Amino acid sequence: MSHRGSRVLRLDALARVEGEAGLHLTVHDGTVAEARLRIYEPPRFFEAFLVGRGHGEPPDITSRICGICPVAYQMTACQAVERACGVTVGGPLAELRRLLYYGEWIESQSLHIHLLHAPDFFGHPSAVELARDQRGAVERGLRIKQAGNAIMEQLGGRAIHPINVRIGGFYRAPAPAELVPLAERLRRAHDDALETVRWVSGFDFPDAAYDGPLLAMRDPGRYAIDSGTPAVMAAGAGSNGATSVGALPVEEFEHHVVERQVPHSTALVSELDGHHYLTGSLARYAISGQWLHPSALEAAREAGLGDPATGAVCRNPFRSIIVRAVEVAHAVAEALRIIDAYEPPSRPYVEVPPRSATGCAATEAPRGLLYHRYAMDADGTLTLARIVPPTAQNQAAIEDDLRRQVQSRLDGPGEPADDEELTALCERAVRNHDPCISCSAHFLDLTVERG
Amino acid sequence: MDSDVRPSLAVWTFASCDGCQLTLLDCEDELLPLTGRLRIAHFLEMSTAEDSQEPATLAGTGPYDLSLVEGSVTTAEDVQRIHHIRRISRRLVTIGACATAGGVQALRNFADVEAFRAAVYASPEYIATLDTSTPISTHVPVDFELRGCPIDRGQLLEVITAFLAGRRPNISGHSVCFECKRRGTTCITVAHGTPCLGPVTHAGCGALCPAYGRGCYGCFGPVAQPNLESMVSQLRHDGMSERDVLRVFRTFNAASPEYAPVPGLAAQGSTEPPAEEEPR
Ligand code: SF4
Ligand code: SF4
Repeated sequence: MSHRGSRVLRLDALARVEGEAGLHLTVHDGTVAEARLRIYEPPRFFEAFLVGRGHGEPPDITSRICGICPVAYQMTACQAVERACGVTVGGPLAELRRLLYYGEWIESQSLHIHLLHAPDFFGHPSAVELARDQRGAVERGLRIKQAGNAIMEQLGGRAIHPINVRIGGFYRAPAPAELVPLAERLRRAHDDALETVRWVSGFDFPDAAYDGPLLAMRDPGRYAIDSGTPAVMAAGAGSNGATSVGALPVEEFEHHVVERQVPHSTALVSELDGHHYLTGSLARYAISGQWLHPSALEAAREAGLGDPATGAVCRNPFRSIIVRAVEVAHAVAEALRIIDAYEPPSRPYVEVPPRSATGCAATEAPRGLLYHRYAMDADGTLTLARIVPPTAQNQAAIEDDLRRQVQSRLDGPGEPADDEELTALCERAVRNHDPCISCSAHFLDLTVERG
Repeated sequence: MDSDVRPSLAVWTFASCDGCQLTLLDCEDELLPLTGRLRIAHFLEMSTAEDSQEPATLAGTGPYDLSLVEGSVTTAEDVQRIHHIRRISRRLVTIGACATAGGVQALRNFADVEAFRAAVYASPEYIATLDTSTPISTHVPVDFELRGCPIDRGQLLEVITAFLAGRRPNISGHSVCFECKRRGTTCITVAHGTPCLGPVTHAGCGALCPAYGRGCYGCFGPVAQPNLESMVSQLRHDGMSERDVLRVFRTFNAASPEYAPVPGLAAQGSTEPPAEEEPR
């Protein structure tokens, strides 16, 4: 293959991402003609086989869509079913849910930072090699991750596919004394998390900017994770953050976010009012950054992310690793706050009697906004299920980002890029977005594109 | 070179949620020490390149001393790939309900897959998938099967340690009930009349659900010779409706042949019609 002119570049299997995907890049006369993220996870048909199940089943069943963010599925499914049934879960039960979700956040985000993403900045193929020269940092990352898993194990029963979640709350609520050992671990994790923010902020970040619209939950006064309303920050916005954020009520979600099928991917590709858009860390930070826990906010400022309180927005996907680290610090601080204030609920759950209705909900999975909608009969039998996972939403934006990054490398000064370099650049560009391929829920087998 | 004497480990994934392979990354304390004893030669979720500097692919060249296989076979390509992986693996261990029993995606085995496809995809013709989700052992000989959705971290470490020591994994085949006794959990069926699949479910989780006041829902799959007749009548006695009995068996290990005696379970194509929705 020549170093200029036309070429086709394929990468069969992307590593250090959750699930299975490949890349396909076509360059004609120095111009990127096509950049495709091919998601070839075999389809698992969750939406189809949820139909006919009971209204209590979505939390357990949909958690099996993704082993890396099962709680995100459980929390979103619970809220969607509860909304259909006209039940609101508040007070200590809502706080416990948040605690469990923070556990997943801590676990999942620190996994991505230390084991999947950081090796890129040192040119290592994996965290095992990274540990040879950054052992302290990798061990610190594993410690933080462990603190997140400890929350999931204590409160959820286990770290992957927790068993203690049900619609209306939990099977069993912990006694305050059971959470004490978690608090000790989390205090250490808080120091570790702040140290990780400092560590990643010193990495070498290539210039890049995603300037399309950003979508995240928004709940004024709090860094929204399991509450609030989907909100959109317009394309290019950044210096006047708060004023350019528009609400997108969750009931109207499917009018704006439209999924379509493309031949090269088993994941359906989403568009927001006809445009690609990004959800995930960068979007959350842009939309809710000002409401981070004070210690995390301080760490963000020191790390050079700018001050979100004055509308600063980070649009460089490479720097998403800093945002994730800040989010871990926030999640740890918030988890500690919940544990310190914890008063056990009088009952571990509220009853959620079925009725003939439809309900939808969205929450922030670590990788971005996750939407569920269910319709049920009077006896709670599901008649419809619709799930829009974050990675499917990000797919078009990731492709756009790929196209742009490769083009700017081709146009830039210096030696012409060889295939190896372009492949590495593409892989990094994809990993920046922490795609969770198994999350992309509705999936298939690869239809090979021969360039 | 000491890296040459470490046995090589490969981790493969088929249709799954990645949760079982993630269990390996969840061995935070053991992960780095483990890599001193095992060479992680192929593990896409963890590494961009094999130690041998082979490019990342879905099916490496091997040979590998130990292959851990997650996920079920749901495409024609999967069938080819699992045969290839078997050829290049000295030992092949399946991890999780997907790989050992077809997983939750085996619910398609009871339904009309064409209709499933059409319910999820606007252009179902792009979607190449088999009508069934089958365990790895349907296609190739397997050296050991580790149960669970997801697998248990301790059991995974036992499998790897046993492999390193050249012995059979010490994983017993008794039921969740035994683990409740060992844990000292009061039987929730006896004490509260809570329907529980413990008596027919394979041990491994440490009897988690009963400890949290929840009946076992069978995520570790069946014990070797479950007495399903008395289980089903007990579940009914504890207030489970016919439909709920069917649903609880028809979940994460639905395609396990041991469950066939459950009334209504084995019937093919008898499930509810899939979602009728605007195509997309
Ligand atoms: S067995 Fe369960 S946890 Fe394991 S890969 Fe399959 S769905 Fe995920
Ligand atoms: S469902 Fe049964 S096997 Fe699974 S974790 Fe609960 S008690 Fe254990």
